[in-house]
Amino acid sequence: MAAVLPARAAARHGGLRRLARRKSTIAFLMALPLIVLIGALVIYPAFYSMYLSMLNKSLERFVGLANFKFLFSRDTFWMVVKQSCIFAITAVLFKALIGFCVAHFVHNVPAKGQRKWRGMLLIPWVIPPAMSTLGWFWLFDPSYSAFNWIFTRIGIPSVTWLGDPYWARFSVILVNVWYGAPFFLIMYLAALKSVPEQLYEAAAIDGANWWQKIWYVTLPMMRNIISITVLFSLIVTFANFDIIRILTAGGPVDQTHVFATWSFLLGIEGGDIALGAAVSLFMFPILAIAAVFILRDINRRGNEA
Amino acid sequence: MSSVPFNRRRFLKTSAAVSAAAIAAPYVHTSHAAGSLTIGFWDHWVPGANDTLTKLCQEWGQKNKVDVKIDYITSQGNKNMLTITAEAQARSGHDILAHPAWYALTYAKQLEPLDDVMNPLIKKYGKVAPAAEFLCKSGGKWIAAPAVTGTQVKPPCVRLDLFKQHAGIDIQSMYPVNKAPTAESEKWNWETLVVAAEKLKKAGSPIGLGMGQTTDSIDTVGAMFASFGADLVDAKGNITVKSDAVKQVLDYAKRLVAAMPADVFAWDDASNNKYLISGQGSMIMNPPSAYAVAKRDNPKVAAQCYTIEMPKGPKGRYAPFLPFLWALWGFSKNKSAGKSLLTHLQQRENVEKLVNASIGYDIPSFESMRDFKIWEQVEPPQGAVYHYPPRGGRQNVWMACAPAPAGIAQQMYTQSIMTKMIAKYTQGGEPMDKVIGWAASELEGYQRS
Repeated sequence: MAAVLPARAAARHGGLRRLARRKSTIAFLMALPLIVLIGALVIYPAFYSMYLSMLNKSLERFVGLANFKFLFSRDTFWMVVKQSCIFAITAVLFKALIGFCVAHFVHNVPAKGQRKWRGMLLIPWVIPPAMSTLGWFWLFDPSYSAFNWIFTRIGIPSVTWLGDPYWARFSVILVNVWYGAPFFLIMYLAALKSVPEQLYEAAAIDGANWWQKIWYVTLPMMRNIISITVLFSLIVTFANFDIIRILTAGGPVDQTHVFATWSFLLGIEGGDIALGAAVSLFMFPILAIAAVFILRDINRRGNEA
Repeated sequence: MSSVPFNRRRFLKTSAAVSAAAIAAPYVHTSHAAGSLTIGFWDHWVPGANDTLTKLCQEWGQKNKVDVKIDYITSQGNKNMLTITAEAQARSGHDILAHPAWYALTYAKQLEPLDDVMNPLIKKYGKVAPAAEFLCKSGGKWIAAPAVTGTQVKPPCVRLDLFKQHAGIDIQSMYPVNKAPTAESEKWNWETLVVAAEKLKKAGSPIGLGMGQTTDSIDTVGAMFASFGADLVDAKGNITVKSDAVKQVLDYAKRLVAAMPADVFAWDDASNNKYLISGQGSMIMNPPSAYAVAKRDNPKVAAQCYTIEMPKGPKGRYAPFLPFLWALWGFSKNKSAGKSLLTHLQQRENVEKLVNASIGYDIPSFESMRDFKIWEQVEPPQGAVYHYPPRGGRQNVWMACAPAPAGIAQQMYTQSIMTKMIAKYTQGGEPMDKVIGWAASELEGYQRS
């Protein structure tokens, strides 16, 4: 019996050592600080937000889904849904298109000068958006817009960039595209560089023209990266706050509000935390559905490969 | 090295000795014997105004042996609102916090009643502005004290030269230098203003009233609605938007908007200041901060700027009022010190020091304190801000969206329903009935509890 116990202890120690040596254990331990951080700063606030969204205005009574029911009955809410979709989809579409075109341009610049172009084109993305948006605000300034100053000099009538609902929508989308397009550019550039040159050579031998090379070689090879960047950008753009808050604060007449700005207006400025939380949570199902479809597509292609 | 074991007997001996020494020692009156007090004050626009407030608090702290710690919290990016919300959720933070207009009522249940601060002050200095009382009282109790710093009104700041030259109006004949308004000031009404505005626009110097969604726009438009008697919701919470008065004020706004720059719907709180300082604008509605910046950046313009009363409407003269409130959280651990400091800051001599430090920007909520010399001294031109504080009951000091109950009024205010109605009716070209119907539907939504 006495000989059995040390043998068991040794086996237990050996088991622990093996567990510690296992790659998955090391990976878990190394990821643990990040998991804790995400738990504290993302998962806990998300659940707390869900809890808040089910309380009444004074946060004293549980009301279930009454806040969501109330939101569905409001015209302004549906206007914000529509605007959020217009804002995010249009901005992501233009960011992807511009990023794709500029990535091709940079890809074809001789290697010597390419680094300079890459650096310059990334500038909008590396400036803190709150700061660059203030710069844009001065360009669009209601009374002293730099654009209008140029327009009046060349005989074009001034534009009320932020005062007219349609121009205000155009302005916030423009700034978002300006800020976000370099992200697409850099991702697409990396993807373009990984497309084997032999495929283009083979396509050329088959008599493919420029458009056919893009359609049958480049795009299929970039499909996964396009899907991931679009998904990532869609999430970030749907949740955008700073650009709209600084440029229009949701105005004029609520015509540029998106979920985040309207949620802030209701919850923080309006003192209705519960309703604000309900609005902010509405982004979650929309983005979750988009994520499921896009990621499923990527997985399927990964399996096919 | 020898070591003595620390056994039970030795522990008891040591403890007894320490206790005896502690009891026998004389009481040392430390410099912070009455504890500490943390305060979050609003970060003032006017340079130097914070220093005077800090000095007053520190003097009080030294005298009362309280360690006073002050944070100045900016309202830029609504940082003060975020702080209030976070502290209310966490139930911890500063002892005293400056609340913008509606916030004290929103968190009324979490605030310490201040009847024992306010009632003696009212006995000593007379009544406070009804609008301040409306925002500081809940269930008949004072839940906040009207703050001195940051409390403001937003009356017209007119260009004397442009009004005389293009509109033929001698402002100083109605509002003489450092003297009470004359009988002629009865003619200063919204009709006079719109007629003048049309002439000034033709002359290339339009007046500019913000129609955006920030406080300057909401406060001034709120006062305009009130002077037409156009309350959207009554004190009981009933929706009263479908009224002739509302139709009247919207029709008036259409004329006024036509006489102003097209971009007023996108103005924020800085736009009107820039407009005046540029020299193009002939009138804005603002506290004297715009004038103070003009003095620095464009002295020629500042020398012609003169602050006067609000125009009169069919239901009277209403001054757009935006107070800050000082409130003591219920979770504060030093409530008696907090109340004592609030009482100290509201003493007339201290209020005067604070108003002087803000170069007359701050408006005391006690009506008896609106006679400080500072408003006579600021120049050029002479008497530039003499008529800035509402005096003698000539103007109703008015909080936009009152008299609606706080829960509804705060939503009306933050959603800037009145400027939106004007935007829809004028810029959007929507029919009057449709605009009023839309407003009624929005107001119905604000009634949720």
